[in-house]
Amino acid sequence: MAYSDKVVDHYNNPRNVGTLDKNAAEVGTGLVGAPECGDVMRLQIKVNPETQVIEEARFKTFGCGSAIASSSLATEWIKGRTVDDALSIKNTDIVKELSLPPVKIHCSVLAEDAIRAAIGDWRKKNGVASETAEAQAK
Amino acid sequence: MGTATGRVEAPAGVHLPIYMDNHATTPLDPRVLEAMMPYLTTKFGNAASRNHSFGWEAERAVDAAREQVANLIGATAKEIIFTSGATESDNLAIKGIAEMYRERGNHIITQATEHKAVLDTCKRLEKQGYRVTYLPVKADGIVDLEDLRRAIDDKTILVTIMAANNEIGVLQPVREIGRICHERGVLFHTDAVQSVGKVPFNVIDDFVDVASISAHKIYGPKGVGALYVRRRNPRVQIAEQINGGGHERGMRSGTLNVPGIVGMGKACALAQEELLQEGLRLQGLRDRLKAKLETELDYVHVNGSMEHRLPGSLNMSFVYVEGESLLMGINDVAVSSGSACTSATLEPSYVLKALGLGDEVAHSSIRFGLGRFNTEAEVDYVAAKVIQVVRHLRELSPLYEMVKDGVDLSKMEWQTN
Repeated sequence: MAYSDKVVDHYNNPRNVGTLDKNAAEVGTGLVGAPECGDVMRLQIKVNPETQVIEEARFKTFGCGSAIASSSLATEWIKGRTVDDALSIKNTDIVKELSLPPVKIHCSVLAEDAIRAAIGDWRKKNGVASETAEAQAK
Repeated sequence: MGTATGRVEAPAGVHLPIYMDNHATTPLDPRVLEAMMPYLTTKFGNAASRNHSFGWEAERAVDAAREQVANLIGATAKEIIFTSGATESDNLAIKGIAEMYRERGNHIITQATEHKAVLDTCKRLEKQGYRVTYLPVKADGIVDLEDLRRAIDDKTILVTIMAANNEIGVLQPVREIGRICHERGVLFHTDAVQSVGKVPFNVIDDFVDVASISAHKIYGPKGVGALYVRRRNPRVQIAEQINGGGHERGMRSGTLNVPGIVGMGKACALAQEELLQEGLRLQGLRDRLKAKLETELDYVHVNGSMEHRLPGSLNMSFVYVEGESLLMGINDVAVSSGSACTSATLEPSYVLKALGLGDEVAHSSIRFGLGRFNTEAEVDYVAAKVIQVVRHLRELSPLYEMVKDGVDLSKMEWQTN
């Protein structure tokens, strides 16, 4: 399979790789996917409690190059945004940016899920409710 | 963090990309091409033309090649039927025997890690009223002979079990299987594509009745294969599957691929000459690769028996690293993976699953297939590259971090879609 230049770039030089303290109050962690499915993403955010701005984002991903690139890109995009704003990122935006082929769309879906899961975890910890969060809570 | 590519320099004499996927196919040996050339140019006759020198010349070449193929496996020339390749040979053997022996019984025995050319053919026969038993394999990839003995009943007409597996290189106990089949009066077909020319294989010593062989796995051309069909003790009969002229003793019609057959003959002769020495050399290279990877990396897992294995074959899982991402990092090395992401079906390898490996181990597997033209310098480069890329990807792997922190991944609740 041929990868787009952007996927190759994120694969070779992944942005924001690492781990934040998952027990810290200002940190939200999203862990999505499953090892037997061949992809697991962990995305973490550190949120400023005053402004609700995502000040740090970190990821680690087990998965194909497209999964790594999708999560790497996701951390770039959410950094500096408010949590509500970050929730507006759609998997289709990731597909477009990375030129993912149809068989790799699930990688972008997983990245969107990871953003939502990390924000959901942070909200739960901090008792922050919002319309979006409730809609997601299902 | 370093980048995944460009840190390991190729040493002098190593040309990139490196081909290390010799289970899939092998390059044509220049000596084989040389033997073929006249039959691609001036000696173009049809081997079935009986009344001019062009035809006689082609027929002589085919006869010589038939001898060469037969010699390699301990058969006689009359027992070799040329086909378009091993997939056709498998189809002809299984369907041809099923049809010919239908009155004697309708039961066929095979096993879980066969090539799709065998499994899909068996599935087709099931739809036509045949009963097929798919024997499981043990964790080392080998069938249990007791399972085989128990599976044979009075309706069993055929056992079809491969000699060596194409994904994991594991050798089945062909001789013991053949002996059991002969004792029980059941025909034994083996897909010997991966083992012929690589390890000793003899249809008499191994009690084989029918065997599929391919040229392009032994440095011959693509598009040509053969089926060995035993003529004595017992005389095996096969119903033809392609009609039209009665070539190949009526078992396979169609104008013979003379240059391909000449190439296959030459490839077999070379393999026979070099088999033992080349086997030792490949095993040395394979073990060197394995030792380097096992020394430098943790959580690596060899898939299938090391003891009963083709000399050039190594299938390893680099646990907590997904196979396709590893292939992407070693893109100047041609190998393959059992990962779902690399398959058309998005399912991980059924062969690795048959060994009882979890999907996550199958997703992490890489198949290295060493061949005649690989060198020690190439092995060293590939080992260094794999080690570098696995380390890079493990820095990115949440699973590796969790395991290092003492988390039991099997006790986690995963969100599966």
